[in-house]
Amino acid sequence: MRPSILSRPPSTLRAVDVLSPRSLEAALLLKAERPDAVPIQGGTDVMVELNFDRGRPPTLLNLNEVEELRGWSRENGTVWLGAGLTYTEAMEPPLSELLPALAEASRTVGGPQIRNRGTIGGNLGTASPAGDAIPPLLVGDAQVKLVSLRGERVVPLHEFIVGPKRNAMSDDELIAGVHVKPVSGRETFMKIGPRNAMVISVVSLALRVDGDVHAAFGSAGPVPTLVRASTDDVHTLPERVADAASPIDDVRGTAEYRRHALRVLTKRALERCLA
Amino acid sequence: MSAPAREVVLGRIGEVSRRSDAVPKVTGEFAYSSDLHAAGMLWGHTVRSPQAHARIVGIDTSRALTMPGVHAVLTHDDVPGEKLYGLEFRDQPVLAIDRVRYFGEPVALVAAEHPEQARRAAEQVRVEYELLEPIVDPERATEQAPLHPDRPTMGRGYRDDERPNVVRSLVIRHGDPDARGDVSVSGVYDVGIQDQAFLGPESGLAVPDGEGGVDVYVATQWLHVDRDQGAPCLGVAPGQVRIRLAGVGGAFGGREDLSMQIHGSMLALHTNRPVKIVYSREESFVGHIHRHPARILSEHRATREGRLVCVRVRVLLDGGAYASSSTAVTSNAASFACGPYKVDNALVESLCVYTNNPPCGAMRGFGAVQSCFAHEAQMDKLAAALDIDPVELRLLNALESGDVMPTGQVIAGKLPVAEVIRRCAALTPPEPEELPRDPLRLPGGSGNTTRGEGVRRGVGFAVGFKNIGYSEGFDDYTAARVRLHRTADGELSAEVHCAAAEVGQGVANVILQTARTELETEDVVLAAATTSAVGSAGSASASRMTWMAAGAVQLACRDALAEHRRTGSDVDLERTYRHPRTTPLDPETGQVTGERAHVAYACAAMRVVAEVDVELGLTRVVWIGTVQDVGRAVNPSAVEGQIEGGTAQGLGLALMEEIQTRDGLITNASFTDYLIPTTLDMPPVASELVEDAEPDAPYGVKGVGEPPTVVSTAAVVSALRAATGRELARVPVRPDDIVGL
Ligand SMILES: Cc1cc2nc3c(=O)[nH]c(=O)nc-3n(C[C@H](O)[C@H](O)[C@H](O)COP(=O)(O)OP(=O)(O)OC[C@H]3O[C@@H](n4cnc5c(N)ncnc54)[C@H](O)[C@@H]3O)c2cc1C
Repeated sequence: MRPSILSRPPSTLRAVDVLSPRSLEAALLLKAERPDAVPIQGGTDVMVELNFDRGRPPTLLNLNEVEELRGWSRENGTVWLGAGLTYTEAMEPPLSELLPALAEASRTVGGPQIRNRGTIGGNLGTASPAGDAIPPLLVGDAQVKLVSLRGERVVPLHEFIVGPKRNAMSDDELIAGVHVKPVSGRETFMKIGPRNAMVISVVSLALRVDGDVHAAFGSAGPVPTLVRASTDDVHTLPERVADAASPIDDVRGTAEYRRHALRVLTKRALERCLA
Repeated sequence: MSAPAREVVLGRIGEVSRRSDAVPKVTGEFAYSSDLHAAGMLWGHTVRSPQAHARIVGIDTSRALTMPGVHAVLTHDDVPGEKLYGLEFRDQPVLAIDRVRYFGEPVALVAAEHPEQARRAAEQVRVEYELLEPIVDPERATEQAPLHPDRPTMGRGYRDDERPNVVRSLVIRHGDPDARGDVSVSGVYDVGIQDQAFLGPESGLAVPDGEGGVDVYVATQWLHVDRDQGAPCLGVAPGQVRIRLAGVGGAFGGREDLSMQIHGSMLALHTNRPVKIVYSREESFVGHIHRHPARILSEHRATREGRLVCVRVRVLLDGGAYASSSTAVTSNAASFACGPYKVDNALVESLCVYTNNPPCGAMRGFGAVQSCFAHEAQMDKLAAALDIDPVELRLLNALESGDVMPTGQVIAGKLPVAEVIRRCAALTPPEPEELPRDPLRLPGGSGNTTRGEGVRRGVGFAVGFKNIGYSEGFDDYTAARVRLHRTADGELSAEVHCAAAEVGQGVANVILQTARTELETEDVVLAAATTSAVGSAGSASASRMTWMAAGAVQLACRDALAEHRRTGSDVDLERTYRHPRTTPLDPETGQVTGERAHVAYACAAMRVVAEVDVELGLTRVVWIGTVQDVGRAVNPSAVEGQIEGGTAQGLGLALMEEIQTRDGLITNASFTDYLIPTTLDMPPVASELVEDAEPDAPYGVKGVGEPPTVVSTAAVVSALRAATGRELARVPVRPDDIVGL
């Protein structure tokens, strides 16, 4: 991380417009008109950026009053998660039984206040390598639904996230939500942090055994990454997960530790899900 | 707690006394210094160096001055009086003059109508730097070009060490330092930079009085020393700077040095408007001093039976860019290097150097934390080498009253080391919890990383001790003023003035409890702490404030009562209390030159149970039991609070708290990356008190704030060693160290 104190780009003081549409249609109209408007849902990433003075968007597009983005439902054998679904909601049954790894991941996010405000859509919008919702969604073969006045398109999650903090969304688009396959076998999520709560992950892993084995890790490369295996070659999976990672040394941990931990986590996750 | 305490809202000495700030702090209504407001106030902002070491080629303020809302942009040229200040040595520029020596050093000041305008204008102050090679390796600092060629700490009675960049070097020779034992163990121990990480960032409000003086409302630890440092720089008489204590959000040593006091006053006097300055979190991390990082080399020689024969220690402390209180930390680290044990022969060398790393100074434990980590690791190592129980080994060597310290000082007061060890060893930790368990109750916590795989349990033990009060001849005192009158219905009523800083430790209650006890009335109020109403209280540091404030208030109350009884009229008097005199250490031998170099000592023992996931390097501290020597508990629930808080701070250093730097630049100046323990990291603490009255102290009190921090880092790591079998010679312990990468 670069020390940031007082090496910021100069900017001048100006007011921020906040637009609060009450329907998805209105939101899309506004987004088409003001493509530089930054969507804000829980604000747990956006407000941090603002407070740290890392960016000053001319306009915020407040999505909190857009009912269509909220909640979750079952749709033709998949689970639909609205972009505005909070971590607290993801931790509650029956959703937590359909997507247990997402529930476990949600439990690791921040503290109660952050879990009450922070959303799945916001986590995808930020597209951080450390985004904790992403590995569980990857193992659930999540399909991201993007909407705009031009229509809608569905992008597989691993294609949606294109780089560290970069996603495939266009300026006029919003994330409506994701379709995820509910688990039929078992799955789990684990996250390592330097303390026992409220941490950005040093490394994380989601693993689903559902016929095949799907593992996805976070914080060990530029993007959360999915690794697949058949149940016959699970013994090589810990090594393959570690090999797929391209971790770095940073203030939170060393690359060597991250690779080591991925091996241990994968081994333990397999034991949990195959037992 | 040792004795069941009676719950009394007001309370006298020894009773549970509920704190008036407790409810407002919990409900969020407490007014901290960052909540201050004055009509027409401006906001100040500090322009800081983005470099660790550079020559200032030029400062151009012209653009910033034209920014909207800006009222003033000031540089070192605008410092009205002395350009340098310092807690003990004037080596630090109010605003950098021709060079910057650390990352975040103040260079210029801005005042504007709105905080955002001030920040924006600060970005427009153009400072041209010519980079200089930073001194970042303390091991090499004494061979590099001096950061302070005029050697500000020399000629003050310390050993004259000619090498460049020496802040202080101290050698203690005791007995025959070459004495050999049957066995010897040695180790090299490292301590990272810990931050006080108080939750209330530095903040305050400076209000010009229209007559050239200024009232400063600020969160600080020592009002009068702020005044005495500030007035010469502002070019005014001390009485023209009135420091008033504003709501303090934690201090832990980090508010001993000045933050916004002079800066805010300069802006206020320049603009003739009240000026408020509030540091951001990032700025707070770079804007105050930290705990000294240390490298300690130790060798312990003992007989086959386990008696210590000779201890040899070398301590290297990185003081950073300015002296702050480093000379006293150097001495403390040396004083306590051998631990609370009888050692007939010792050689202790303690050296603190200037570097371009973050400046270091006072933090809870003050040199003893680093030493304790090393000497307790050594005692565990020695116990293993001799195959003696670690508790037995400590008992065998325990110091007691009447024993001689390596400095030659005979321990005149109470030091019940054996008793705290014995009682602590008798505390029973809980049985291991059954599996399966909620992951929150396993190493890794909410991360759900284990269901029991890789988890091993370890029990650790440590003993630590520290001085109470200022040492080495410092003329330390506390003043208290009492105004006494009889109300219409004949009751005694009192108002007490004392400038002791209430930093959350509960000294306000100590003052009130003392006055109520002495005056035998409940009708006592404590006036706001200010330099204008009473003499200095000294610093809320060094575990001294309870002792000193109780001493001063007791003295003033007794005299006031006597005078009231004699004259029958209202009384208003001020008294100054001094503890027994201390004297300096001999600069060549490190031996006491009088009866004592330290006023008194306090000790604590701690037992820790930890579970460690040895495959992932994650830890859950399960239980902590501690027995502390407190002299006398003035307010038992406040003592318990100090023990728990102090323990958490030491646990933080053991497991996670570290300021990280690269070439002198801090890379984790935020609570995202500088982690402090959460409630899931901190276990319940079973505490017992040894109340053995200290002879020279009012009511027999000793300070209680630091011993828990001193001992807990060592005790937690001892438990981790027991669980992992690894040496773990560095704190904070990293997962890599546990795993063995
Ligand atoms: C104290 C703290 C602790 C945290 N801990 C964790 C943690 O443990 N794990 C973790 O993963 N994260 C953590 N975070 C980060 C954050 O909480 C998560 O990323 C969260 O999911 C963001 O959701 P939000 O609704 O608050 O997003 P917002 O801040 O509202 O938005 C985030 C981004 O997504 C965009 N966006 C939001 N909704 C939409 C939409 N419908 N369409 C298009 N773009 C959209 C926004 O424009 C922005 O770019 C933490 C944050 C804080 C402050």
